[in-house]
Amino acid sequence: MEKFNILKGIPANLPMINVDTDMIIPKQFLKTIKRTGLGKSLFFEMRYDKDGKEIKEFILNKDPYKNSTILLAGKNFGCGSSREHAPWALKDFGIKCVISSSFADIFYNNCFKNGMLPIILDEKKIEELIQYSNRKENIEINLTEQEIIFGNKRIQFEIDEFKKKCLLNGLDDIAMSLEKSKKISSYENKMKNNKPWIS
Amino acid sequence: MPQTLYDKIWNEHVVHQQDDGTALLYVDRHLIHEVTSPQAFEGLRLSKRKVRKPNLTLAVADHNVPTTNRTEGIKDQESKIQVETLEKNCEEFGIELFSMKDKRQGIVHIIGPEQGFTQPGTVIVCGDSHTATHGAFGSLAFGIGTSEVEHVLATQTLLQKKSKNFRVNVIGKLPTGITSKDVILQIIGKIGTAGGTGMVIEYAGSVIENFNIEQRMTICNMSIEAGARAGLIAPDEKTINYLKDKPMAPKKNNWELAKEYWFSLKSDTGAKFDREVEIKGEDISPMVTWGTSPQDVVSINGYVPDPNKENNEEKKLSMNRSLDYMGLKPNTKITDIKIDRIFIGSCTNGRIGDLREAAKIIKGKKVAQHVNAMVVPGSGLVKEQAEGEGIDLVFKEAGFEWREPGCSMCLAMNADKLNPKERCASTSNRNFEGRQGRGGRTHLVSPGMAAAAAIDGHLTDVRKFQN
Repeated sequence: MEKFNILKGIPANLPMINVDTDMIIPKQFLKTIKRTGLGKSLFFEMRYDKDGKEIKEFILNKDPYKNSTILLAGKNFGCGSSREHAPWALKDFGIKCVISSSFADIFYNNCFKNGMLPIILDEKKIEELIQYSNRKENIEINLTEQEIIFGNKRIQFEIDEFKKKCLLNGLDDIAMSLEKSKKISSYENKMKNNKPWIS
Repeated sequence: MPQTLYDKIWNEHVVHQQDDGTALLYVDRHLIHEVTSPQAFEGLRLSKRKVRKPNLTLAVADHNVPTTNRTEGIKDQESKIQVETLEKNCEEFGIELFSMKDKRQGIVHIIGPEQGFTQPGTVIVCGDSHTATHGAFGSLAFGIGTSEVEHVLATQTLLQKKSKNFRVNVIGKLPTGITSKDVILQIIGKIGTAGGTGMVIEYAGSVIENFNIEQRMTICNMSIEAGARAGLIAPDEKTINYLKDKPMAPKKNNWELAKEYWFSLKSDTGAKFDREVEIKGEDISPMVTWGTSPQDVVSINGYVPDPNKENNEEKKLSMNRSLDYMGLKPNTKITDIKIDRIFIGSCTNGRIGDLREAAKIIKGKKVAQHVNAMVVPGSGLVKEQAEGEGIDLVFKEAGFEWREPGCSMCLAMNADKLNPKERCASTSNRNFEGRQGRGGRTHLVSPGMAAAAAIDGHLTDVRKFQN
């Protein structure tokens, strides 16, 4: 997995609550058998009109937000379906960090599996970032320090220790779990005796 | 210390506990389908990994399959490739698959219980957010992403952090004509679409106990619509009776052993819940959604809400956006909302009990002239049973289309979808923008309510057809 430590970029503000994964990437794009190539279809219905033309007013169609790597989003971002196509689409577009006051569980977990950082902040702090984003200037996310740096200000954020370690080092969690094969086998042997109907 | 049902299942499945709170959790049952698995198998191939326990995974194609005549196969090339990829992957890795020609094929969350693959006390996962359906059996069942599907295939485990405990008690008795769909919509309306985030909900109380297993599945199915990681219900005599003699249920001595274990699965008296909510059965009426989030619920006797009465600016903005998308004016009587399409099916309401409920209403009646109505049974076995009971004829005579099993217009990945601005009374689980087709407008309802709307051509109170 790709490592994540310091990310610089101009944040784009999407002031909507309950943005669901159907909005992030609609179903017609789930027919792919690949992980890549979904960026052009990100937020498809908000981004393109019926004739497939870009809707100019949509934030990610505007300069400089077309090249944003950070998204400021309303609460409960990523609710709905478990489709990992949602973080894949964001990442393929170039967004590697989403900041919101809350995320849906599955989306939140899916981000980490793809070297992306979802940050939970309280709404007041997000409001500060939104104000700052109007300046169209870079901000910096520093995962090691758990800090967002904008202008001469710094905001701290919380993150699970294990998830942080995985992101910083780009760890392959399947490989880590496979190292526990012996433990898994002994669990399975115990289960064979206690709950023989399972396997 | 007294434990909740969720605590018990969790503790039983911890293979390894890290100091930082992350646990390696054993997965007893894994369901896969064509949409969220291809990249997982590709990942295995690229890193030269095997499937650890192929016999604990069951596969079926459901999201992309056509619900019309299947003899010609799948016309859409991309859908076809995805379904064929699943077939190839299952063959390569030795996983059992119910193919499109198999009568056991159906929606992944319908076939698991139907086969007895779903069992109490197990950890069940699937790359699909409606996996909580299986929690109706007292299992810990939740949706995962594709990377996690790959993790389960390779290790039969998942890295997880424990969620909080949330109990929803539905007490008292339901008025006549109220279904489990109305109950879960009421619950989501009350706690909100993020009300269960980071939590596992245990549904309890007399109303839940009185539900049969299929009705409980409808409840647990929509746990994700309240943001919950999972939803579950303690197993009881009904659960055991449902599973008895199911093809993949334990047999002989194992059945006796399993039964004994299953009966032990309940929250202890005095177990601590981080949050508890109580809902009175008597207060629930037939529910409908008016907006584009499952929390946007209103009684059939109510009115479209007025954003001007909302003080919270953020909510007001979101309500205005929803109403605009739905083409609705504030303060409109719900029963004045005209309907173009009816969809009966999905993992929420595509089981035999759901079809019987709708058929009872529709029997001897006709679908309103301007309405296009379809029934999509949840599985080939549901379809077969319904046909055996003559339910297909009831629907067809009323003017409904009777289709082949699959996810169909719940998410509109196949050819079944709404046209822009078409309005649908749907028994599915999500009324998101574009969910049933770009620009399509969804009102979530119970099967009986969908049938009643089909007859009247507008949203209507099912109870007037029940006397």
